[in-house]
Amino acid sequence: MRGWMGKFKSLFLLSALALVLAGCGKENLTALVPKGYGAESSMNLIILSTIIMLFVFVVVILVYVIVLIRFRRKKGQENYIPKQVEGNKTLETVWTIIPIILVLILAVPTVAATFDLADDSNASEHINVDVTGNQYWWHFDYAGEEFQTSQDLYIPTGEKVYLNMLSSDVIHSLWIPSISGKMDVNPENVNTMYIEAYEEGVYWGKCAELCGPSHSLMDFKVIAVSPEEYDQWVEDMQSVDPEAEPQDAVAQDGKAAFEENSCMSCHAIGSSPAAVGPNLTNFGDRSKIAGFLDPTKKNLVDWLMDPESIKPGNKMTGNYPELSEDEASSIAEYLMQLQPSEITPESAGK
Amino acid sequence: MSIAATQKRGFGTVLWDYLTTVDHKKIAHLYLFGGGFFFLLGGLEALFIRIQLITPENDFLSAGLYNEMITMHGTTMIFLAAMPLLLGLMNAVMPLQIGARDVAFPFLNSLGLWLFMFGGILLNLSWFLGGAPDSGWTSYAPLSIQSPGHGVDFYVLGLQIAGAGTLIGGINFLATVVTMRAPGMTYMRMPLFTWATFITSVLILFAFPALTVGLFLLMFDRMFGSAFFDVALGGNTIIWQHLFWIFGHPEVYILILPAFGLFSDIFSTFSRKRLFGYTAMVFATMLIAFLGFMVWAHHMFTVGLGPVANSIFAIATMAIAVPTGIKIFNWLATMWGGSIKINSAMLWSLGFIPTFTIGGMTGVMLGSSVADYQYHDTYFVVAHFHYVIVGGTVFGILAGLHYWWPKMFGRILHEGMGKFTFWVFMIGFHLTFFIQHFLGLMGMPRRYWVFLEDQGLDLGNLISTIGAFLMAIAVIVFLYNVVHTAIKGDKAPADPYDGRTLEWTTASPPAHYNFKQLPLVRGLDPLWIEKTEGKGKMTPAEPLGDIHMPNGSILPFIMSLGFFIAGIGFIFQVDHSAWLIAVYVGMAIAIGCMLIRSLKDDHGHHIHKEELEREAD
Ligand code: HEC
Ligand SMILES: [Cu+2]
Repeated sequence: MRGWMGKFKSLFLLSALALVLAGCGKENLTALVPKGYGAESSMNLIILSTIIMLFVFVVVILVYVIVLIRFRRKKGQENYIPKQVEGNKTLETVWTIIPIILVLILAVPTVAATFDLADDSNASEHINVDVTGNQYWWHFDYAGEEFQTSQDLYIPTGEKVYLNMLSSDVIHSLWIPSISGKMDVNPENVNTMYIEAYEEGVYWGKCAELCGPSHSLMDFKVIAVSPEEYDQWVEDMQSVDPEAEPQDAVAQDGKAAFEENSCMSCHAIGSSPAAVGPNLTNFGDRSKIAGFLDPTKKNLVDWLMDPESIKPGNKMTGNYPELSEDEASSIAEYLMQLQPSEITPESAGK
Repeated sequence: MSIAATQKRGFGTVLWDYLTTVDHKKIAHLYLFGGGFFFLLGGLEALFIRIQLITPENDFLSAGLYNEMITMHGTTMIFLAAMPLLLGLMNAVMPLQIGARDVAFPFLNSLGLWLFMFGGILLNLSWFLGGAPDSGWTSYAPLSIQSPGHGVDFYVLGLQIAGAGTLIGGINFLATVVTMRAPGMTYMRMPLFTWATFITSVLILFAFPALTVGLFLLMFDRMFGSAFFDVALGGNTIIWQHLFWIFGHPEVYILILPAFGLFSDIFSTFSRKRLFGYTAMVFATMLIAFLGFMVWAHHMFTVGLGPVANSIFAIATMAIAVPTGIKIFNWLATMWGGSIKINSAMLWSLGFIPTFTIGGMTGVMLGSSVADYQYHDTYFVVAHFHYVIVGGTVFGILAGLHYWWPKMFGRILHEGMGKFTFWVFMIGFHLTFFIQHFLGLMGMPRRYWVFLEDQGLDLGNLISTIGAFLMAIAVIVFLYNVVHTAIKGDKAPADPYDGRTLEWTTASPPAHYNFKQLPLVRGLDPLWIEKTEGKGKMTPAEPLGDIHMPNGSILPFIMSLGFFIAGIGFIFQVDHSAWLIAVYVGMAIAIGCMLIRSLKDDHGHHIHKEELEREAD
């Protein structure tokens, strides 16, 4: 059995090596380094269940290896007939009872955590955000505060934030691995989930339910800032003047072009509950464009000229007049100047 | 060796023979051929997926094509590869194991086969007729309702037709086990593979109707303007998920229980020991099957069913670990104290134990609902279900193929190549999927067409792709082995492995009528009993006499063709009502065949005593 064991060993060494190289994944994306309440609850159960299961695995493998070493047919045993055993009551009872106990050890904390995470009885005392999942972007309506954002969800650290989630089209699933496990965003009913970030930071959010061609690009960010910064940000967002003229001439052209090219039919600047496209009020502060591109002017111009090549199947493509390079560039200039608040993703720790 | 098999015959005759056969052994060949073909197709799709994910933001496949690829990979592997390959093994072996001359309804057996074939072909035609389905093998509404083109229509009708075939197959096996057991073959003397076939058939009987209903609703929504899943018109999309998983969860047990059964037979044969805890094994199988119907919502923990439902389904899910654990330990105990001989069939079975244990462990971990909020819809789940479906079902199919190849085809697969296949596949498999547990937890959801740069996911995906290619190499070697064996493999004796069960009492391959005289069964492992008592041969339960056998028929083939034509018509009548003609013609053909079958008496034929006497054993 040398070959067998040897191959297994190299396999595990390789996997272990890979893990060391990759660490536990990217900070603020990986679920293995939880930085929020939900993620921590899940992680506790992941660890508990892994320990229980490793125990079982070790027992199985131990017996397995012994069997393979001791009971292989050796030379000269070709005609050996082993004793025909029907069974063994005691043994069979043991390996029925022990798994039952192990399952119970896992079941009790699982049920407790399930009820804990589903508890929304105090929702009204906390911040509530109405989340809409759309192919392939996220809309966040700060219900009590009368303003909206898209793609970047700002929350204060150390506080529960209740997300009331509904989809405008197909089923999505909101997942912020480092902060919280996922919950589906259905078209027929509002699902409520609370999140709480322990530390400041920009956390990756993902869509986890297949929702069309650009499913894998439906990223968003959770920007956790200190409660003071959060209050500041809310105030800034509430006092935005959507009509404000930009300073420089290019951006002014851009604003005009934005208004002329029917962008407004889908995108709001300033508060507007309707949302066919992302709300652009604080677009200049976005951590990413379209959820995943770095916020450079070039990327933005590329997006405006040809969104289809960036996010296949998105709902903006083909629904606005073709833009010239110049128009796109000036619109980009204008949009990137929409920076109503001092509080930006940079404020979140790093 | 039977006369028929030794005569050289023209291709046309062989083809006609297979198109009209109602012989369970030939139907098994066809299932294996069809299932094998679709397995290669699904494997190719898997390779395309892994090539796309070899580097971040790769553009080997477009986003739309990628979604078609994952959908077809999953659908093909589950419905058109794993299921028919298992049905093939069941067909080949189960009637032999209970000492029967055929299944209870040979005509239906053939109908089930051809429905599967035509359903599979219909589904795959989508690649050439405007695009494959792209909403995942689960086809969640409303994505599947919105999906443009005809892809999802092909999914609906292809699966509806293939599913009907499976249902027919299941009912047939049930009737066979209930009515066709040889004298003395009581239920508690049946080999575990037969038990598994029996219980799996019960699962098919109760699970597939849920799929049928779901598919009908989807079909009406897509084609005839109903709104079962259209929220704007008061529909509800969650209903689809319930229907799908009420079918879908038992389906995974439909896939795994036959593998459990055949591993039990293999461990026992190659340890030269009676199966340890036979009764417990039978009841554990039943318990797994029963619990299998109680846990569907663990696929839906994140849907928002509320804490009560989530808790109940979490506990029920974890409970399945208990009977599964019983099985693992009973297998180990079977080998304990035995005289273990390791050949390729046994290697696959031995490889199954650690692999499946890992898959079972992650299953329990997934059952912990709050932990599942993290795992759900990530590569962790992808890793888990490949550990159970590949590590259980595919390993099982390969073990079964190596084990019963001599019985089915009269030749023994090449051992060296068999072992090579195993090791390369095993290593490739673990390379591909072990790392995926971590990819999932590191933030990689499943069904992602691309993963972004700088997310720490590059290395894991690269390793995974390398592993996939190792598996591909192993499969190619296996195929070569099959061809090699067919041409110059060693001829197999009736009982090449010192077997214990009835299939080893017949010739390899068995005569058309399986048993010249039905055997008298005197206990569990009937052949072994006769061997230990020095006879080494079954006592006949009847005098030599005429054998009544069913006639072949082309009707099942034509009937299935009718449904196929009607299916095409249903799909395209949305574009132009002229296609309704195809619906009518197809249905007329199918119903016509049914009428002919009902009205025309077919009493089968007799193989006469004199003929049997002429033939050597
Ligand atoms: C038919 C509605 C529609 C129109 C008209 C439209 N957009 Fe969009 N826009 C969208 C949608 C939907 C998205 C989100 C795409 C995605 O991420 O899937 C989007 C995304 C964007 C984004 C990225 C937003 C973010 O938060 O990262 C920008 C910038 C943008 N659009 C600018 C424009 C401009 C400028 C115009 C006019 C020339 C315009 N859009 C016209 C619907 C529209
Ligand atoms: Cu989505």
